[in-house]
Amino acid sequence: MDFLTFLQISDTAVRFAIPLLFACLAGLFSERAGIFDIGLEGKMLAAAFFSAAIAALTGNVWIGLLAGIGASLALSIIHGLASITFRGNQLISGVAINFLAAGLTVLIAQAWFKQGGRTPSLSDFGPNARFTSITLPYADQMEDAGALGLVYSELISGHSILVYVGFLMVPLTWYILFRTRFGLRLRAVGENPAAVDTAGVSVVGLRYAAVAICGILCGMAGAYLATALQAGFVKDMSSGRGFIALAALIFAKWRPWYALWACLLFGFLQALALRPDAVERLVQIDIPGQLLDALPYILTVVILAGFVGKAIPPRAGGEPYVKER
Amino acid sequence: MSETTSNGGAASVAAPAIELKGISKAFGPVQANKDIAIRVMPGTIHGIIGENGAGKSTLMSILYGFYKADSGQIFINGKETTIPDSQAAIGAGIGMVFQHFKLVENFTVLENVVLGAEEGARLMPSLSKARKLLTELAAEYELNVDPDKKIEDIGVGMQQRVEILKALYRKAEILILDEPTGVLTPSEADHLFRILKGLKDEGKTIILITHKLREIMNVTDTVSVMRRGEMTATVKTRNTSPEELAELMVGRKVLLNVVKLPATPYAKVLEVENLRVKDDSGVERLKGVSLSVCGGEIVGIAGVAGNGQSELLEVLGGYRRAKGKVHLNGEPIDLTGRKSDGQSRREKGIAHVPEDRQREGLILDFHAWENVAFGYHNAPEYQKNRWLMDNRAIRKDTVGKMERFDVRPPIPSLTAKNFSGGNQQKIVLAREIERNPELLLVGQPTRGVDIGAIEFIHQQLVALRDRGKAILLVSVELDEIMSLADRIIVMFDGQIMGERIAGQTDERELGLLMAGVTDTGTSPLAQSPAGAMRVGNPGQGR
Amino acid sequence: MDVMPKWADALLIPLISIAIAFVISAGVIVAIGEDPMAALNTMVTGALGSSYGWGYTLYYTTNFIFTGLAVSVAFHARMFNIGGEGQAMLGGVGVALVCLFIPFPHWSVALPVALIGGALFGAAWAAIPAYLQAKRGSHIVITTIMFNFIAGSLLVYLLVEVLKPPGAMDPATAKFAASTHLPTFQDMFSFGEKPAFRGAPANVTFFFALVSCFAVWLLIWRTRLGYAIRAYGHSEPAALYAGISPTRIIMIAMLISGGLSGMMAINTVMGEAERLVLNSVEGAGFIGIAVALMGRSHPLGVLLAALLFGFLYQGGAELSLWTNVPRELIVVIQALVILFTGALDNMVRMPLEKLFLLFRRKQPEPATTSPKPAE
Repeated sequence: MDFLTFLQISDTAVRFAIPLLFACLAGLFSERAGIFDIGLEGKMLAAAFFSAAIAALTGNVWIGLLAGIGASLALSIIHGLASITFRGNQLISGVAINFLAAGLTVLIAQAWFKQGGRTPSLSDFGPNARFTSITLPYADQMEDAGALGLVYSELISGHSILVYVGFLMVPLTWYILFRTRFGLRLRAVGENPAAVDTAGVSVVGLRYAAVAICGILCGMAGAYLATALQAGFVKDMSSGRGFIALAALIFAKWRPWYALWACLLFGFLQALALRPDAVERLVQIDIPGQLLDALPYILTVVILAGFVGKAIPPRAGGEPYVKER
Repeated sequence: MSETTSNGGAASVAAPAIELKGISKAFGPVQANKDIAIRVMPGTIHGIIGENGAGKSTLMSILYGFYKADSGQIFINGKETTIPDSQAAIGAGIGMVFQHFKLVENFTVLENVVLGAEEGARLMPSLSKARKLLTELAAEYELNVDPDKKIEDIGVGMQQRVEILKALYRKAEILILDEPTGVLTPSEADHLFRILKGLKDEGKTIILITHKLREIMNVTDTVSVMRRGEMTATVKTRNTSPEELAELMVGRKVLLNVVKLPATPYAKVLEVENLRVKDDSGVERLKGVSLSVCGGEIVGIAGVAGNGQSELLEVLGGYRRAKGKVHLNGEPIDLTGRKSDGQSRREKGIAHVPEDRQREGLILDFHAWENVAFGYHNAPEYQKNRWLMDNRAIRKDTVGKMERFDVRPPIPSLTAKNFSGGNQQKIVLAREIERNPELLLVGQPTRGVDIGAIEFIHQQLVALRDRGKAILLVSVELDEIMSLADRIIVMFDGQIMGERIAGQTDERELGLLMAGVTDTGTSPLAQSPAGAMRVGNPGQGR
Repeated sequence: MDVMPKWADALLIPLISIAIAFVISAGVIVAIGEDPMAALNTMVTGALGSSYGWGYTLYYTTNFIFTGLAVSVAFHARMFNIGGEGQAMLGGVGVALVCLFIPFPHWSVALPVALIGGALFGAAWAAIPAYLQAKRGSHIVITTIMFNFIAGSLLVYLLVEVLKPPGAMDPATAKFAASTHLPTFQDMFSFGEKPAFRGAPANVTFFFALVSCFAVWLLIWRTRLGYAIRAYGHSEPAALYAGISPTRIIMIAMLISGGLSGMMAINTVMGEAERLVLNSVEGAGFIGIAVALMGRSHPLGVLLAALLFGFLYQGGAELSLWTNVPRELIVVIQALVILFTGALDNMVRMPLEKLFLLFRRKQPEPATTSPKPAE
């Protein structure tokens, strides 16, 4: 694999990593507050559809983004109702939300656009209907300025605004979690909600806040899929990314910076799956494409099996808070 | 009722720090508090005593805004106050130290103290401010803790001080402590009481909830007694006696001592040699324990909770692996292999009444009859044929067991969670004792059991002993050990500190052993001042 | 404390939950500009109005009985097996291999062997997540989800690269030999001139599904193993105390669960398609979750819920055929059923409990049954 191919694959990896990163950080907020969320997938999917649909209808991708976030937030609130207010099973709620999104998006897409459960291509709705790539200053000139220049122009420059926002989210998440009052309380509520309750802080309020943040970030992940990575919504377009993000979260042991590396790794694997030729040249054997497709999932299982360090989730995770009798 | 205090107290000119009127609270169909009235005078230590389940904790949780009362009024310093949540309680100057500490295990002491009482949205300024205040408070009240230690790395005694600091940091004037000495050694408890007296001298009001008469007599000024959700009396401590309080708690005269003849031990039934156990995180919880129990005697293991007693029972009961040797009637017992499970233990004649009957001894959602088969579900008499169980036979067996052990109500199809603590324990005991085991392991047989049932349970254990069977009893209630056991072994930090014949020792001597002070001086662990803090350390079980 | 009588817990709550789910589904149909009553009409006519419709409804029901039972058995051991989809895919591979490579004289010989093949493959696919849960504590929900994706890739690989007959275009195996074809309802119930269930795929597997319901009931409520599974499901520490090995229970419950999912393939692969195709499972593994939740993990409940979903599935197919409502409506209904019977259970339960308490307060309290609180 030559350097340029590597850079190209890395570039694709970044594109693939961003939705994972948004979703992973979304899950991080939720799970740090003690709410397990296997509905990341569904929230992404709903956001993907509504961002694309509204962007198509208004011709403005920013309104689309807001709509996507709104849809994801609505599902978050359902998850909050089920797991916080009514103390239901968080896993079952997540499963339900995934199916709800999978069904509703196609149903509404069919009702609105009559194209077999997809939105029309956003490239038909003017230049503002999707997020386009930003060329950073001097990117073109730097292309010939050696390896570093190539990295700058090929890898760092030329992404949509959401990519840069995604990367900024990592330090921001870290700061919120570990340097603010809100973060302290959020982490506490995921470890021991009774401590938070007796300290006079609302467990319900904190958990809803966390779930809402999760919704917003999932909304950005979905919007990125449909309006930046691709130009429009197609049925089931999240294709398991929510679950890979979940795996990345476990891999990252619920920490923001580790989350970044985990998502980049999984993004890289996905990018490799698109370039079987490069992989083949690299390892010199014929690897079936299906194996590369399945690799993130297999890797996740390996991680979960604890062969790569033990991941300890927040202690109160998955358990609804009931004042003890 | 509360008239006793208002007449008796000469200094009661000031308004009561706390006055409750007509407080009632029901959980589903269960009435936990009925029309409670109480007055707590400022600058006093006021004890609330009652059996488990008498409603003490519920009442205090209402006062702290943890539960909402169904009806009634709360007056703080003479002013009517509503306390809808803990925030309001804190605002009213109330602090509470719960029986189970409300601390975030992987946060530091400092973070735990600050949590919920931060100043401003940014964390770092709050933390540095709190650090200063904490040092001041610590110096003032003998509450020394390292602010940067994580909770999971400090002992329970220190954790309790963090809870007190949390309350003081929030400027509490009224401090409620719920069963604060359950996890402490006698000397740690004394330290706590010194702290409480110091707080009282500063003018703070303290409510001490306990079921231990000794504590009430030692430290309180006034005591209120609760029984079955009702407040039965409030008296000046110096005007009462333990006997009177016990009677008020139970409602009739009780014998605190078990009636039994001296033991006539036969041959050794259980022999344990050099037992070593590591817990899941690799910490050694049993450090070479050797002991023996003969047929026809009750051996009691005394010790503060978390010093290896639970692990000992778990190993012998077959659900924790260990190194060492164990023999039952001379036959070796498998401690690590295929035969080290609970089923094999039962086949060998080891029965086990576990420490936590709700978590281990029973399936709360199962019917009583299903619970009677629990652990013995492979027994041949419960099978219809090779494939199917004989549910009818189990039900029939249950009817008999319920009758003989006076389980109320005697309904086999009732789910276990619908029985009271005492009756749940009777179901477990019936199941384990009626098999006539060679060795009975018993953990905390009367925890959460009403006094009437305690007598019955003690009688049953003595009866089994008198049939020549061996009993190994673990209890954190020293009174229970002293009255029930024939021989007493004291455990501290996974080791045996000493052995005494019951009746030839006293609470003081046992208390010293429980704190790790051996006959020949202190144990290596208790030599340093920090060593004393390791009692009950770390994260003991539940 | 039991506030409510048993019947309310077992029947009233699920019924109310389902009612809410259906009212909202009707709202969805209105929102996309269709008439819910007309839709219901189409569904009922299409699914229940003819022996042909019934033939499809019962065909789907058969699938959902298997996957519903699979999820239920795992639920009793407090394992949430979301992997039914992948396990059924692998079960299909097992059935196909048996049917392709063993020359059977008659379907009655082929059926038991294929059953074993399907069950073994399904169980094997559940075995790895089960082992990882039991031995390494890897969360079974996540691993089974991952195994669904891995199964999908594996199936594509097998059909495209290995099992596809040379020269064929679509990713599928060859047709099975005629001697493995299972008798359909048409074969069994057509007497005289008029054939019943004409062309419908319901087949003898349906009866085997009914037998499985009974077998699972026996297993869970009448055997030592079932007792141990339920005990473990209610409390792991208690199971340990009683000498019930968690590893053993997790493994056995998941193997049975995976086996049941795998057996579903008898119906779809051997009974209907008579060859293995890519999408033979069609989400039935996931519908099993809804069926198990709705049926309260009881075989009788599972049977009824499977029947309802069989109706929905066939009705939904008819609906998409005759109207503008896509099949995904069923996914929405499925999601709502899972949501209301599973996750939002307390939303219905809490007010209902208050109601019962109110009702009970009015009656004089019986003296014997006021036990003290369980601490």
